Amino acid sequence: MSMPARMPRRSGIRGGEAASGWLFTAPMIILLGMFLVIPVLMALWVSFSDWNGRGSPFSGSVAFVGLDNYSALVGGGGLAEQDFGTALRNNAWYVLLVVPIQTMLSLFLAVLVNRQILRGRGFFRTAFYFPSVTSSVAITVLWLFLFSASGAVNKLLSFIGVNGPNWFNDPSGVLHNIFGAFGVETGPAALTDNTFLGISFWEWLAGPSVAMSAFILMAVFTTSGTFMLLFIAALQNLSGDVAEAAVMDGANGWQRFWQVTLPQLRPTLFTVVTLGLIGAWQVFDQIYTGTQGGPGKTTLTPAYLSYQAAFTNQAWGQGAAIAFILFVIIVVFTLFQRWLLVERTVSARRMRLYLQTPTSGGSK
Amino acid sequence: MQRRNSRLLIGAGLTVVGALTLSACGSGSGFSSGSATTGGELTSDSSQGLSVLIGSSGDAETAAVNAAVAAWAETAGTKAEVSVASDLNQQLAQGFAAQKPADVFYLSTDALAGYASNGSLLAYGDDLANKDDFYPSLVSAFTYDGDFYCAPKDFSTLQLLINTDSWAKAGLTDSDIPTTWDELATVSATLTTGSQVGLALGSEYARLGAFMAQAGGSLMNKDSTEATANSPENVAGLEYAQTLLNDGVMSYASEIGAGWGGEAFGKQLSAMTIEGNWITGAMTNDFPDVNYTVAELPAGPEGKGTLQFTNCWGIAADSPNQTAALDLVEQLTSKDAQLTFSEEFGPMPSIMSAADEWKSANPTLVPFLDGAEYAKGVPVVQGAADVVSDLNAQLESLKTGNARAILDSTQKNLEALLK
Repeated sequence: MSMPARMPRRSGIRGGEAASGWLFTAPMIILLGMFLVIPVLMALWVSFSDWNGRGSPFSGSVAFVGLDNYSALVGGGGLAEQDFGTALRNNAWYVLLVVPIQTMLSLFLAVLVNRQILRGRGFFRTAFYFPSVTSSVAITVLWLFLFSASGAVNKLLSFIGVNGPNWFNDPSGVLHNIFGAFGVETGPAALTDNTFLGISFWEWLAGPSVAMSAFILMAVFTTSGTFMLLFIAALQNLSGDVAEAAVMDGANGWQRFWQVTLPQLRPTLFTVVTLGLIGAWQVFDQIYTGTQGGPGKTTLTPAYLSYQAAFTNQAWGQGAAIAFILFVIIVVFTLFQRWLLVERTVSARRMRLYLQTPTSGGSK
Repeated sequence: MQRRNSRLLIGAGLTVVGALTLSACGSGSGFSSGSATTGGELTSDSSQGLSVLIGSSGDAETAAVNAAVAAWAETAGTKAEVSVASDLNQQLAQGFAAQKPADVFYLSTDALAGYASNGSLLAYGDDLANKDDFYPSLVSAFTYDGDFYCAPKDFSTLQLLINTDSWAKAGLTDSDIPTTWDELATVSATLTTGSQVGLALGSEYARLGAFMAQAGGSLMNKDSTEATANSPENVAGLEYAQTLLNDGVMSYASEIGAGWGGEAFGKQLSAMTIEGNWITGAMTNDFPDVNYTVAELPAGPEGKGTLQFTNCWGIAADSPNQTAALDLVEQLTSKDAQLTFSEEFGPMPSIMSAADEWKSANPTLVPFLDGAEYAKGVPVVQGAADVVSDLNAQLESLKTGNARAILDSTQKNLEALLK
């Protein structure tokens, strides 16, 4: 009965729109399906199966093992859990340092090269962007040379009287070294005796190893150029009248940046932090070409561990499980920072600040 | 903005997983099921040529293998093609997943257990005509679960390399070449100067394990059925190494700015090193001015001991022409072929019948081959490579660590593999 009622709408001038819509998007849907959705679903199945790398994961001999692969990683008590915990620890420190530093640095660089009075802006923009367009493998090799025991960095440090560490061979944690400088060599029993994911809380607090610190510097060096470009684009989109109004209201440069410019950059900031988070959690090529997890497993990352589990140990289910846990971690982090950056109504405390402005202006 | 953000999020998330998993799906593993069966008769579909996948150390090795395989192809009348893998493990894994693996390939002792347990390999060892000619220690290195899987390609052992100039400068003579642990400690101390440490070596089980072998220990028993990592012998071996490190007469190569023992030795940062016979290539090419000699490692409390490293010629269970593959492997492991390989790129032949000729051709390297008598291999259990790399990670801080605690954790990890 309802059919005739809907007929007229379909046969109208917009009748074929839905069909052509599907037709136009079909190539992309098929491509994404083939190369993204289906492989992802296959990998999801592998993470729940005992597939061992021979033949198709859908053949009859492959069995469903439930959460076995996942539980070995998060509660197995064995080497797998310990390695996974170590990889997460390393990568968490990496993210914690890389994301804020590269965001701040790229914003700083963008503000610098966006100034109208700066001469040779084009040159600086290109120079800052250069590391980003170089292959990460090439940069890793460069880094291995720069940071070798007798490399350029240590030579430079020796000029100012600092005896540089043996960067890529030093597994000691930076925080542990700082604690050590204050005479704290071993942690309190509460930290050393209790473990999370197979490694003690004291080990979680080790900080990035000296070797990982070199990778952190490298990540900041290579990616801040890209993000600088995003910030420049956003800065150039800001309308001058808001800044001008701020000038008229008597805001100084520092205040204009923090109270006027930065809030307007919020969408770009979100993009940069999101891309930074994803990139930092997925760090792989530097590890693969550089240290392969050493020294002392302190540059092991979940992405590299996943590769290693699958390709060298034939533990494909575990490798896929690591990939999915990493996926969940990235999603959770991104949701968290989106919540953090969400636009809120101005709090009462802040509001008072603005309300007081005319009064203080009047009393002048 | 909200919409776009969430889409960006999903897209980005999918890209992550996609990137990580695309590789896992390999080259067209597709949805085809049905697996080749092993055991019983060998396949012999002679219409198919053989593909040989090798992980080459350089042009010399590639050329030598190419020539040997081409010679076989001509006489056997079967086509055969050699390809050089850039990442052997990854390419093998992709081949097995796609059920289109290379027919014959290099296989390391580390990878054997994984591929043997998932049925990717043909256990052809017992069909080899020259089976009894291989060194028994090499045969056990490629025996998994009682089956002799593949023919050892060649092998290497660790021995002591001595810089003869530093040796003479320190006033030492041939009679001072160390034969016991005490003597090694003494000459290391004598050779240690301000610019040169007595002995340098890599900070890994594959070097320090020699001390454990000299003390009579090993990570697992001969058949890899029982973990013996924290035996008193192993502890004694590691504690000896620890003493040398703490006395300053032995250093890890990484501590003195070298990538491996050979580099430390070649750059004359150390007067001695413990390495395998592959070092001779590096010395000739990179450090031709360093004069050195090879001596057997000193004996520990339980006699001589060293470690061996070897690869084998694996044959895929899914190969359509296993008969030809077996024939090719017999040819490649024959005395003539192995002696030619040795001449071209330096490995030691894996068969006993070639020993005398090899020794007379390489008189200075005899200690390496003599090591075959008492060398020990790595455990053949799936996951052992992980345990060893965990051990390596801990050995990096052996200087300040506790040998017993390090080995206890290795013991725990090895026991977990056997459950």
